[in-house]
Amino acid sequence: MTTLTTESRLADPDQTYRTLIEAHRGLSDEDSAALNSRLVLILANHIGEHAVLQEAIALAKQSMEPVEPTSE
Amino acid sequence: MNTRKVLYQYGYRRCPDQDRPSPARHSVVVVGAGPVGLCTAIDLAQRGIPVVLLDDADRIGEGSRGICYAKRTLEILDRLGVAEPCLEKGVTWKIGKVFQNDDLLYAFDLLPEEGHKMPAFINLQQYYLEHALVERAAALPNLEIRWRNKVVDLKRHNDGAKLTIETPEGLYDLDAEWIVAADGARSPLRAMLGLAFQGEAFEDRFLIADVKMKGDFPPERWFWFDPPFHDGQSALLHKQPDDVWRIDLQLGRDADVRAEQAPERVMPRLRQMLGHDNFSLEWVSVYTFQCRRLERFVHGRVVFAGDAAHQVSPFGARGANSGIQDADNLAWKLDLVLKGEAPERLIESYDLERSAAADENIGHSTRSTDFIAPRSAQELRFRNAALALARHAPFAKRMVNSGRLSMPSTYDTPLSTPDVDTWSGSARLGAPLPDAPMQDRNGRPIWLLDAIGGEETILHVPNGAQLPTGSRVLVIGDDLIDAHGTFAQRFDASPGSTYLVRPDQHLAARWRHGTPSLIKGASYRLRGFEGGHA
Repeated sequence: MTTLTTESRLADPDQTYRTLIEAHRGLSDEDSAALNSRLVLILANHIGEHAVLQEAIALAKQSMEPVEPTSE
Repeated sequence: MNTRKVLYQYGYRRCPDQDRPSPARHSVVVVGAGPVGLCTAIDLAQRGIPVVLLDDADRIGEGSRGICYAKRTLEILDRLGVAEPCLEKGVTWKIGKVFQNDDLLYAFDLLPEEGHKMPAFINLQQYYLEHALVERAAALPNLEIRWRNKVVDLKRHNDGAKLTIETPEGLYDLDAEWIVAADGARSPLRAMLGLAFQGEAFEDRFLIADVKMKGDFPPERWFWFDPPFHDGQSALLHKQPDDVWRIDLQLGRDADVRAEQAPERVMPRLRQMLGHDNFSLEWVSVYTFQCRRLERFVHGRVVFAGDAAHQVSPFGARGANSGIQDADNLAWKLDLVLKGEAPERLIESYDLERSAAADENIGHSTRSTDFIAPRSAQELRFRNAALALARHAPFAKRMVNSGRLSMPSTYDTPLSTPDVDTWSGSARLGAPLPDAPMQDRNGRPIWLLDAIGGEETILHVPNGAQLPTGSRVLVIGDDLIDAHGTFAQRFDASPGSTYLVRPDQHLAARWRHGTPSLIKGASYRLRGFEGGHA
């Protein structure tokens, strides 16, 4: 079974980021949310693995929790 | 407040051209004695071309401006004889740290390997660099700087241009075969030719302050997203010589430019950031920025370089660095054309190569700005998502963009002869050569780039066959000893390997087994002769 890849797989992450930003330029906030929802569905289908999607959701939620002060 | 501790004053002097009955004719006139104009003029003069350098002012020191000089720029400055004073005075650094709030998100090392003469970066106030360049220029008998000589008119001809110059003692005319316009972001020459300067303007305002203090921060580049001392914005800290620290604070797009520069507004902000009162303000300014460029850098015999040709945001230190790399690219080409050793169309390759470099720099600078100064609620969400995920997933760290620091361009250019063999190592066709520690014939240490200097050079690893001829040849193991094996590793060299190096130290061609006719063809090609034939 495939697991979620969190290492960078992008040859040029800055360009990928820019592509997302450009896709949203000029959209209202509501249209941006609609675009993102569609993108998530398209990409979820492209991934095609239920377990990977669940892992991705877990990672996204984890990153939304408040940062604990750590002492490294 | 806005006083300059260091300010170099030069004087206007009447020159014989002002008393001639008809305009004097010069090979090259460079307009603008900033870093780019000075480097172009010095490079040309070192190559034996007489140069007149005009500047409308007569001093250095207004504003702190550029501070970060990258490794490739230092290598060029070294070839021009000014790296030493810059390194001596400058703050050497190579580590960047990115914080979110109080937490270190990640750190990067811009030069993790040994065996390079020049460091990743130095920070140095621009006026120190300009001063070193003016001193160097003064030592060159065929380079004449004319202060308070302001170009007020430019008329182009097929074989050059006529300049009308205003001085404290009135106007005079000059004819020049070639004009290099290095007259800055507001380039009057660009306006005289009616050329459009197009691109993207960014609305976010930034406060830039030079602060004098004894600080405990290490000589590193520190960047904060949403710092505790500057809610919801970004901040950047750089160390400069003389206990001066450069602080860059994002103010947002609605900030009042005038009010933000007032000491009663600036001082509390800085106090909050530094955590103490023990500093003095050297210089402060509020700015916005643009990413834009001329569509073409070459207009007949008028060639634009530096900020006059292209402008970027300050994130990534791509302004002065790319301008000095323009000078490096242009000088040897003008030299060869003026000496009749290359066709005039060689100058077209300056436009091609440096246009691509400008696009690369503008691209990086624009993408950094997108990340640092999001324009909408959705852009801010993407940015904050990347920052939050960066704590959990390596891929997101690579998306965090606090400025991608200046790297030299690899030219995809007709001057290169395409590789036919397979190569590994860090040397790349079209890129500046990686430096390497070598020894000369007598076992004395010498850096590879010092050995090459500014001359077209063949590097050859012998294999018993006849040695190449044509350009200057340096034989590895004979003229240059690869005692540490660094050359072999970086150039993937084996017996028979031959490398053709351009006068700007970029790699033009390489072969596992180069024949005299292949080498000759590549040498023609790098001088702009089509298809490698004279």
